[in-house]
Amino acid sequence: MPPRTSHWIVRRLSHLDGMLLLLVLAVLGISLAVVASASGQSPARITGHLINIGLALSVMVVMANVPPHILSKVGPPLYAAGVVLLIGVALFGEIRNGSRRWLNLGFMAFQPSELLKLALPLMLAWYFQRNEAILRAKHYSIGGLLLLVPFLLTLRQPDLGTALMLGASGFYLLFFAGLPWRAIFGGATLGAASLPVVWGMMHDYQHRRVLTLLDPTADPLGDGYHIIQSTIAIGSGGLFGKGWMQGTQNQLDFIPERTTDFIYAVFGEEFGYAGAIILVGLYLAIVARGLIIAARAPTLFGRLMAATLSLNLFTYVFVNMGMVSGILPVVGVPLPLMSYGGTALITLLLGVGILMSVASHRQLNKT
Amino acid sequence: MRLSTPLKNLDRELARFHGRLKIGAIMVGLLATALLARAFYLQIVQHDHYIQRAENNRISLVPTAPNRGLILDRKDRILAENYSAYTLEITRAEMASLEQTLVELGKLIEITPGQLRRFRRLLSESHEFETVPLKSKLTDEEVAVLAANRYRLPGVEVKARLFRNYQAGPGMAHVVGFIGRINDRDLKRLREDGRDQNYKGSAHIGKTGLEQSYETLLHGRTGFDQMETDSSGRAVRMLSRIPPVPGKDLRLFLDLELQAVAEHAFGDYLGGLVALDPNTGGVLALVSKPGFDPNLFIDGIDPETWKELNESPDRPMVNRVLRGIYPPGSTIKPLMALAGLELGLRKPSDSIVDPGYYSLPNSRHQFRDWKAGGHGVVDMRRAITQSCDTYFYRLAVDMGIDRMHDYLAKFGLGEKSGIDLDGESSGLLPSREWKQRRWNKVWYPGETVIAGIGQGYHLTTPLQLVTATAMLANGGKRIEPRLVQAVRDPLSHAWQARPPVTHAQVPIDPAHLDVVRAGMMDVMRPGGTAAAAAAGAAYTIAGKTGTAQVVGIKQGAKYDAKRLARKLQDHALFIAYAPAENPTIAIAVMVENGGHGGGTAAPIARAVFDFYLTGKRPGSMNLEANDAAAD
Repeated sequence: MPPRTSHWIVRRLSHLDGMLLLLVLAVLGISLAVVASASGQSPARITGHLINIGLALSVMVVMANVPPHILSKVGPPLYAAGVVLLIGVALFGEIRNGSRRWLNLGFMAFQPSELLKLALPLMLAWYFQRNEAILRAKHYSIGGLLLLVPFLLTLRQPDLGTALMLGASGFYLLFFAGLPWRAIFGGATLGAASLPVVWGMMHDYQHRRVLTLLDPTADPLGDGYHIIQSTIAIGSGGLFGKGWMQGTQNQLDFIPERTTDFIYAVFGEEFGYAGAIILVGLYLAIVARGLIIAARAPTLFGRLMAATLSLNLFTYVFVNMGMVSGILPVVGVPLPLMSYGGTALITLLLGVGILMSVASHRQLNKT
Repeated sequence: MRLSTPLKNLDRELARFHGRLKIGAIMVGLLATALLARAFYLQIVQHDHYIQRAENNRISLVPTAPNRGLILDRKDRILAENYSAYTLEITRAEMASLEQTLVELGKLIEITPGQLRRFRRLLSESHEFETVPLKSKLTDEEVAVLAANRYRLPGVEVKARLFRNYQAGPGMAHVVGFIGRINDRDLKRLREDGRDQNYKGSAHIGKTGLEQSYETLLHGRTGFDQMETDSSGRAVRMLSRIPPVPGKDLRLFLDLELQAVAEHAFGDYLGGLVALDPNTGGVLALVSKPGFDPNLFIDGIDPETWKELNESPDRPMVNRVLRGIYPPGSTIKPLMALAGLELGLRKPSDSIVDPGYYSLPNSRHQFRDWKAGGHGVVDMRRAITQSCDTYFYRLAVDMGIDRMHDYLAKFGLGEKSGIDLDGESSGLLPSREWKQRRWNKVWYPGETVIAGIGQGYHLTTPLQLVTATAMLANGGKRIEPRLVQAVRDPLSHAWQARPPVTHAQVPIDPAHLDVVRAGMMDVMRPGGTAAAAAAGAAYTIAGKTGTAQVVGIKQGAKYDAKRLARKLQDHALFIAYAPAENPTIAIAVMVENGGHGGGTAAPIARAVFDFYLTGKRPGSMNLEANDAAAD
């Protein structure tokens, strides 16, 4: 290897945050073991997962090298494109499973709402950065509007889960940008008051999911089945679990979607409460590292992005684990860094890459 | 000042941001605690509950049906056995279109209209998720074709199953009976008896005959495999196993060859025959003609064949020996004579002069003897030998209906014989009390007169007649007839004899019995009513002929058998035992529309006696007999 090339590689890798990388690799390692067990050691699944991990890590390295000030410029066009596509979906979208979420691009089917998960925070962070010196109530209102447009379009599809996740990421950004407490409490009160109206607007299958959460045993063969089987899996794991590849709920096919959304049930069954403490501990460490990066970030854009992305990741963790262990409704949200699936993993490590970029471009930006 | 304001502002902004980061961190901490608290609740607090539920998920009990016991004749020839074969079975709930599937199957293998009809009937009787057989006994070729096409025919299965085969054929159908698929009524009964657990793996249950009456012994005990199963219920591996205990084998008293001889002896006639060993009560032969093919019923009979069997004027499904009730006619006379002696109403030598009829005092109605002009001077022995009606009219009147009822009851008339088959009829032994209860009418003296020759209200089954005949043969010991002599334990393979059920001995003066027996022996000698049937026999027979009237004959009219269509002819009856000195076989024969007992029924009994006592077969059946022996 010529010295210049190796020098280039070292420079590229120098943007990675060692601590964050270690934590992410730890969770990915666990993920690999659990996917292997949950897929019955299917070689196809394991290599697929390895390829996804490799791809996602590469994306992470690339993102870590993009300076935040360049990244911030991507926000507005990405956001605009996302909203246009969402409108396109509302008009021409394909209906799958009773909701209009997909846009057929000829060569691939595509969910624009996925794009907005990153585009919305980027857009808002760009906006607040731009108006950093003169922030007033007007700017928060416009920020709120920028959040509301994709949120409502996604809710209309209908895709309650994604809409809520989008709303959450937008809200985190507004919150860290200094949204006044009056507005937060006012909004919360308004939201609580409008709950009955929202319930009335919700679709039957959404009603069912909420009701199933309240009493999963009411419909043990239908909607309740997934939750019942996953809680049985987790509960039967006990303190130290049944051991890797020893989970009967897992091996005998009682856990649904067990390499993707319900992977925590497999993990809980085979590694027990001790495993859960370690996994949650790892997630907490990642979030903590992200918040530290946010605290040290030199620009408002970096601060807002880092803080929002960290909280976003934890929101996914909470919603997924809460769903699988039966304290939240069944929403199709994967467990970050654990679930099998390329798109989610790439989006996630893209975010981690942005975190690393914010962390590593501190000095550079200050000069 | 102006310059510092925005800087101170930015510092405050940063401080506020750090404050909000802390709030965010606290929220994250709280939610993480909630997740771990939930995990603690599930994995530590409720662990025992969930580990149990996971085990329940994982483990299922799969019942394994026991092999049904065999049914063997007295020489261990097989009457009912098991064999395994492949069946094509269909679960409607698992397929999109039943009709489409049937069409597809029809292209692959041959399905007859009868099979289709039977299938539809079974389908209409079962639940959607139950598995219903469409075709059994598939050939290897059919199994191969179906296996190759299984992937595109959901809900279609080829299963290896144990089947029952009744190779002894229609002649044994009324004895062995058949098994059939367990229906809702069977299930309800099993539940009431608390036996339903034992039928978890069984599809069939005994419906008639020995299959029904010995069901509990034949069935055996269901075993259970503890299987690890996945979420779709597919067994992954076996964890433990309680093996099934096979059903017990039954050995009958019945001799398949003797049965064949008896059946053959009927020729074209229909009717019933039952032969017992008077010393054990063992049933040596039990024929009810016509029979039917019991194999048709095992997996449900197709509606058309069933209709044919059920509506046939020959009534093939009715076991005539058990359920056929006929007036005993003259076959009751030996018992009447014995009653007369035992009750002190007659001495053997007491004679009457028979004018050919009997009239009650102060009545001009003539109860006619079967022989116009009468039998002349008749004592008891001669009265039996010639079946003199006038003698017994008079005896009956002297005895009165109540004493007649009480004495005949001791010989089992009017009551089930107790044979080890279900569905037996108890016949009818009339009495004053019975008529009052049943018809709310008083008893007329004329009814006593005809009761004396076994007519009127009297109704008996061939089984009751043979029971009474066996008592005459063995000296008053009433033993319940039974088919099964021993039961084989499936584990030790040891045969265990079934003890006979014996009633209290009827005390009979041997001298009285001798008179009756002598009369019955004379029946078979020249001058007796069945002399022709006994000609040339190497042993002595004691017998009595009888006739069960089918149509009433008007006063003054003359009975002309030839003028009546065969269906309107009387049923011929015959009871007998042999050898008369030391009886080893007692028999009752009923030939439908056979006319007089001496002409049709007695020769059938003779054929049975010949084979049983001397091993001689009727010349015309040597070929068939060889076949039977080869089985």
